[in-house]
Amino acid sequence: MAVTEEVKTPDSTPEEALAHPVTSTGLSNEKIAMWAFLGSECLLFGALISTYLLYRGRSVVGPFPHDVYDIPYTSVSSFVLLMSSLTMVLALAAMQRKDQRRMRVWLLTTALLGATFIGGQVYEFTVFYRAGLSLHENLFGSSFFVLTGFHGAHVTIGILMLLSLYTMSAKGRLAENRVETVELIGLYWHFVDVVWIVIFTMVYLVPGVK
Amino acid sequence: MAAVATFDRPAPRRLFRRPTHPTGLWDWFTTIDHKKIGLLYLGTAFVFFVVGGLEALVIRLQLGGPNGHVVDANTYNQIFTMHGTTMIFLVVMPLSAGLANYLVPLMIGARDVAFPRLNAFGYWVFVIGGLFMYSSFLFGHAPNGGWFGYAPNTEKAFNPAHNIDFWVFGLQILGIASLTGAINLIVTIINMRAPGMSLMRMPIFVWMTFIAQFLLLFAIPVITVALFELMFDRLFGANFFNIQAGADPLLWQHLFWIFGHPEVYILILPAMGVVSEVLPVFTRRPLFGYPVMVFSGIAIAFMGWGVWAHHMFATGLGPVAKSAFALSTMFIAVPTGVKIFNWMATMAGGKIRVKAPFLFAVGFVTMFTIGGLSGVTHAIVPADTQQTDTYYIVAHFHYVLFGGSIFGLFAGAYYWWPKFTGKMLSDRLGKWHFWLMLIGFNLTFGPFHILGLQGMPRRIYRYPSGRGWDFWNLMATVGSFIIAFSVLLFIINAVKSRKGANVAEDPWDARTLEWSIPNPPPEYNFAEVPIVTARDEVWHRKYGEDEQGRPVPRSVPDVPSEPARLEVSGNGERELDVEEQPEEEVREPTAHDLHIHMPTPSYYPLLAAIGLPIIAYGLMYKAWYVAVIGALVTLASVYGWALEPSTEPEEPEEIAEAGPAPEPEPQAELEPAPESAAEPAPTGS
Repeated sequence: MAVTEEVKTPDSTPEEALAHPVTSTGLSNEKIAMWAFLGSECLLFGALISTYLLYRGRSVVGPFPHDVYDIPYTSVSSFVLLMSSLTMVLALAAMQRKDQRRMRVWLLTTALLGATFIGGQVYEFTVFYRAGLSLHENLFGSSFFVLTGFHGAHVTIGILMLLSLYTMSAKGRLAENRVETVELIGLYWHFVDVVWIVIFTMVYLVPGVK
Repeated sequence: MAAVATFDRPAPRRLFRRPTHPTGLWDWFTTIDHKKIGLLYLGTAFVFFVVGGLEALVIRLQLGGPNGHVVDANTYNQIFTMHGTTMIFLVVMPLSAGLANYLVPLMIGARDVAFPRLNAFGYWVFVIGGLFMYSSFLFGHAPNGGWFGYAPNTEKAFNPAHNIDFWVFGLQILGIASLTGAINLIVTIINMRAPGMSLMRMPIFVWMTFIAQFLLLFAIPVITVALFELMFDRLFGANFFNIQAGADPLLWQHLFWIFGHPEVYILILPAMGVVSEVLPVFTRRPLFGYPVMVFSGIAIAFMGWGVWAHHMFATGLGPVAKSAFALSTMFIAVPTGVKIFNWMATMAGGKIRVKAPFLFAVGFVTMFTIGGLSGVTHAIVPADTQQTDTYYIVAHFHYVLFGGSIFGLFAGAYYWWPKFTGKMLSDRLGKWHFWLMLIGFNLTFGPFHILGLQGMPRRIYRYPSGRGWDFWNLMATVGSFIIAFSVLLFIINAVKSRKGANVAEDPWDARTLEWSIPNPPPEYNFAEVPIVTARDEVWHRKYGEDEQGRPVPRSVPDVPSEPARLEVSGNGERELDVEEQPEEEVREPTAHDLHIHMPTPSYYPLLAAIGLPIIAYGLMYKAWYVAVIGALVTLASVYGWALEPSTEPEEPEEIAEAGPAPEPEPQAELEPAPESAAEPAPTGS
């Protein structure tokens, strides 16, 4: 959302101040905090992805990536997750139009798409485990499960936040002017999606060394 | 200024009645006032400083002579590991965090930090993380892998007991504290500055804190990943550091030092900020080259990310990597050297008042210079290969962390003590403290250079006689007790200061905004948000300049002829009142009197923090249900936290306290003050 407000002085009216509390930048504290947090998360995922890439092709025993990966299957679940970003945008747009009923529909859709992705990941983990890949089997297993599991945990936290928001709105406890709450949860959700694009590319699509 | 607006937010549902006006001890447990949290940080970290210091004394007693027999090898490993971990994570980092918490809002003219409850959460997570790590002594398994915890040495195969688990979980918990603190301070500094407080008017301490918080923001996740991987190896049998499975023995070192070198600057930058505040006040000159100070700090922070492998020159990285990191390590000395010259130029030609804070600041500059010079010798790969794992390294990092950070932080303690407590520390005792500490410090760590060059390795618990190490080790032990005695003088000084007279709000004739408000500051900090017109705002309110640029006091009768000053500060008026009736005890108006709505205390930060060690114990001892209970405690607290407003609607009268509390009307009074009354999103802010 583009920020059009100019920097507020202490003379701004109470109504303006409620919409955007007076800050040095005109941005809300929460928004800057969320961006800072996501910046930190980049390093978190960056370090995990680096570990995976460092250990690519270094496992001494199988199963190896090409033994277990089912690219068409994971492509579909990746598509599902990406579509959830679209529905998140629609939820925010509905909130901006003060149409909470429609916002709830889109929030629930987003949460369901996210849950579908998580369900797909659980299924994928089960298939891999049955194929002999586990945390302690080899380096591939350790780095793959921890990286994708960590991402899955982030998606799950996102789903919890979406459902909390849904419940608040359904009970009429979400004030109309709290557009930014929806926006910030959306920001987190999009971040988790973008990280998945990186993981899907680097982990699944880039061909293995062996 | 209290504009009242109604707002159709429904009344929050709650688990407990909120502690709106707690008193006594309970006040400290639920406070979200940045000043109280700052003092809690400082006090707790000082306790850990004493504990870490006692551990150091055990080490020095053991090594005071050849074939020491004070402790056995296993205990020695635990003691030196806990000494390092304590001093870095439980002393210098939280001391800096405490100073930042207390001072940053005051220096930028804010009434609190951006997220007061998150601030309290950060403090409680720090305390609980520290206590968790120290609880390992009760189980007889204190961490014993060094403060760097090199894997695979810390893998289950080589260290099967729970020692390392305490370290892994303890540091992950402390990382949460640092991360939330960093986000909070970054947002505060970006967003909560008073009108006119542009970035380049901020006090240099605020700048250095700002930079250090960015380093924390990006460094903490990297060590979190390293600890996370080690945790998976130890608890679930993953292979991240399992060499038999093909793991890279250098992965840990890379991850750890990508965190670890920025960490060094996280430890030193705030102390540099303190010194940059103290020197101008006691030389009565503005800081020489303020913009250069700011940009050299930023340069250090950027370059700090590109030097980590100089901790690994002995690991066989290959000539290209070694050359690159040797060069970057030499280059990072440049912005650091620039700072040292700036401090010297600030002192040169100043009207120096030799007080305890000034002495400690000069101690910082000189000792840090020595440590910096020995640091440059590490950049030279062949020399470093010789020095690696000897006492020369120990000498270096004590000169920068003790001679640097600790001297700088003590300068801050003497300087801001009147602001914190309203009392002065004795300058005479302070000078004794300084000289004894300086002598003890150099007697302890100076000989380490010699011992290291003579080949005495680090981390040995015992050495035979006849290697020429005996004399200097004995000197170091004597020195360490002199340091301990000097710290005792500080404690005596602190206790004695309680009986002293109250001091006026600006005892040092200082320059920055925190000195424009009473000692100790009222809950709301500034009765009116100050309007800033210059760098060193308070100085410019007090002094004009003559033709030669020398400071000339603005005489008091001038004040009324400058209506702008009265309007902007409101402090001028109060100063006048105090001067006219110095005897009369003036009661500070409360936030209620001034219609300032401060955020309300809360239980949830403490409760959310309590869940974390429960999770850790559950995971360590594989009692999954315990971990689940801990997770539920934290999750429930986060929800309670997200659903309660940051600032409770004000109750009409104090009478409302008694009797069955009437549920507040479904409306909140908010006012357009800089502290955001906006409710945090349920993202756990």
